[in-house]
Amino acid sequence: MAETKVSAAEREPEAQAAPEERGKGSLRELFRSAEVDTRLLSLLGALAIIWILFQIITPGHTFLTPRNIWNLSVQTAVVAIMATGMVLIIVTRNIDLSVGAVMAAVGMAMAIVQHDWLPKWIGFDHPLTWVIALAVGLVLGAAIGAFQGTIVAYVGVPSFIVTLGGFLVWRGVAWWMASGQTIAPMDTLFRNLGGGSTGTVGGTWSWILGVAACVGIVMLQFTKRRQRNRYGFRQRPMWAELAIGVIACGAVLLLVGFLNRYYLPPALATQTGHEGENISLGLAYPVLIAIGVGIVMTFIATRRRFGRSVYAIGGNPEAAELAGIKTRRTIVKTFTLMGVLVGLAAAVQIARLNAAVSGLGTGMELNVIAAAVIGGTSFAGGIGTIVGALLGALIMQSLVSGMVLMGIEAPLQDIVVGIVLVLAVTLDTIVRRKAAK
Amino acid sequence: MIDRTGTPLAELRDIRVAFGGVHAVRDVSIDLYPGEVVGLVGGNGAGKTTLIRTLSGAHPADSGQILIDGKPVTITHPRDAKALGVETIYQNLALADNIDAPGNVFLGRELTTRFGNLDDSAMEDATRKLMGRLNPKFQNFVVPVASLSGGQRQSVAIARAVHFNARILIMDEPTAALGPAETKQVGDLIKQLREEGLGIFLISHDIHDVFDLSDRISVMLQGRLVGTVDKTEVTTDEVLAMIILGKRPGEVTQTDLAGLH
Repeated sequence: MAETKVSAAEREPEAQAAPEERGKGSLRELFRSAEVDTRLLSLLGALAIIWILFQIITPGHTFLTPRNIWNLSVQTAVVAIMATGMVLIIVTRNIDLSVGAVMAAVGMAMAIVQHDWLPKWIGFDHPLTWVIALAVGLVLGAAIGAFQGTIVAYVGVPSFIVTLGGFLVWRGVAWWMASGQTIAPMDTLFRNLGGGSTGTVGGTWSWILGVAACVGIVMLQFTKRRQRNRYGFRQRPMWAELAIGVIACGAVLLLVGFLNRYYLPPALATQTGHEGENISLGLAYPVLIAIGVGIVMTFIATRRRFGRSVYAIGGNPEAAELAGIKTRRTIVKTFTLMGVLVGLAAAVQIARLNAAVSGLGTGMELNVIAAAVIGGTSFAGGIGTIVGALLGALIMQSLVSGMVLMGIEAPLQDIVVGIVLVLAVTLDTIVRRKAAK
Repeated sequence: MIDRTGTPLAELRDIRVAFGGVHAVRDVSIDLYPGEVVGLVGGNGAGKTTLIRTLSGAHPADSGQILIDGKPVTITHPRDAKALGVETIYQNLALADNIDAPGNVFLGRELTTRFGNLDDSAMEDATRKLMGRLNPKFQNFVVPVASLSGGQRQSVAIARAVHFNARILIMDEPTAALGPAETKQVGDLIKQLREEGLGIFLISHDIHDVFDLSDRISVMLQGRLVGTVDKTEVTTDEVLAMIILGKRPGEVTQTDLAGLH
């Protein structure tokens, strides 16, 4: 082995880079023995760099403040929720350009239900109003997704075309539903879905959820070890297991503690009878929804047969078909799931705005696709993770948030986000090509 | 040697497949008995793969009949074939490159826990045991199969076919991408599976492979069956004459045989 390496080095002048390569290799070796996903790590690294950089260059160093991070988390939620569904769509080599328009149509429907219809039947501010409105949104989203997915899978029209049509149709439908009028306000309880001063779980519950998350992380690690032990498989080294557990739990608790330092504005605190006290807002509902969606979607993508089928179709559609997978049904399911997530995101969005307008979610399909792609989802199919998409959404929103703090104008923001998108995919392509060699 | 008095394991009768106006397979009938290897040979475009794809469910026949254990069956999808105990190793292997070896072995038939979740450990364990038998050198169980060598990928495809207790195995050019050692390994495996009573259709370009492994040889030319012969009753030259000239051993002359060389 050593001899062949030497002779190769003699033959090729490029081999001068070898020592450096070996150094990188050992770091990679360290991560590999710890069974850490290097792709995920590089996304986290990028996020850390962006956060630290903005903290340094924003006037007054206001980026890494509880207030800004709290706002950032809420702003990310809507795109993050939809990006998890977009990953599965892109993994099967499809695309959904209609999510922004569907969001408008479904959002408008939910607004009409809670604003015009339900008060007539069950009265104003009924405790069930928000449940019924949300259910209508989810079902409608699922129906639209299933309809578009069926045309894609069973009729064989390219998804780009079907959802481009949907992009136009659903936006028009949204306008037509209320003749272009704005529908406001939303039901009081429904509004909590959007965060805001009442749409949070509070400081104590945030801590409880944080601790529960830590217990969950440790339990997952424990279950995996026990399972691998049962079959006598090689285990992740103990030092790595402990390090991962400590780092993950530490990060969760640190984040909760940090966000809990964002307090209710003094005026509102006085209103609620806590004059002069620091009342933590805690985690906002939309953020919890996004995290919950991320967990459920990761579970679906990695632990269920449906998820395995999705990745198989993306990797080799013919092989998936020959293996007996019901590929068409699987495709319809991915679009249906996407529709449900759009319904959920639409609920959060109209709750945040406290209104529904026919322009809801304009351009959002591109943010959603960009988040999935920055998170490592490949248009070639078969590759992409839910966590990656969540981080992709967070990275994009961080860029926008930081630039807003710096007072950079919107057109320049777009330029930066556009460059980052292409740069991220370029880097990914280069790394993947190297890995394939 | 092989008892052909009973009911054939599989029988294809008057199979016809056309793509547009082109008849890829015309009225071909072949059969397969338990514990038998039937070699299917012919030049490029002879219709071997198309014929066999009607049995594996990858492409249904336009007309004709398929019988398993003497009973007529309808095979319109690979699922139907698998349910009847017909497993296929495709020439291009039909692997999902982005998924690891256990994932590919169990693709479409994943093992699940009692909650319906994927049981990756059980699948890896089963694949390790399977590979211990098929290809003991195989060790890459957790990387996407895209990064495996041709021989290793072939092992994954074979493992997938033999794990589910197939009764009929279709192997389309199983050794095309392999080196000599791996080719021998596949040959040994075919012999072993035949001993276990499986029926195997072996499609190959390599006449020597086919002679080495088959009991009977069916020859196709331009979508038609030239004939099926018992290996012990013919020479390689006579089979070559069938492949190239479309003449059965009785029809072929010495000058024909001389012209082949």
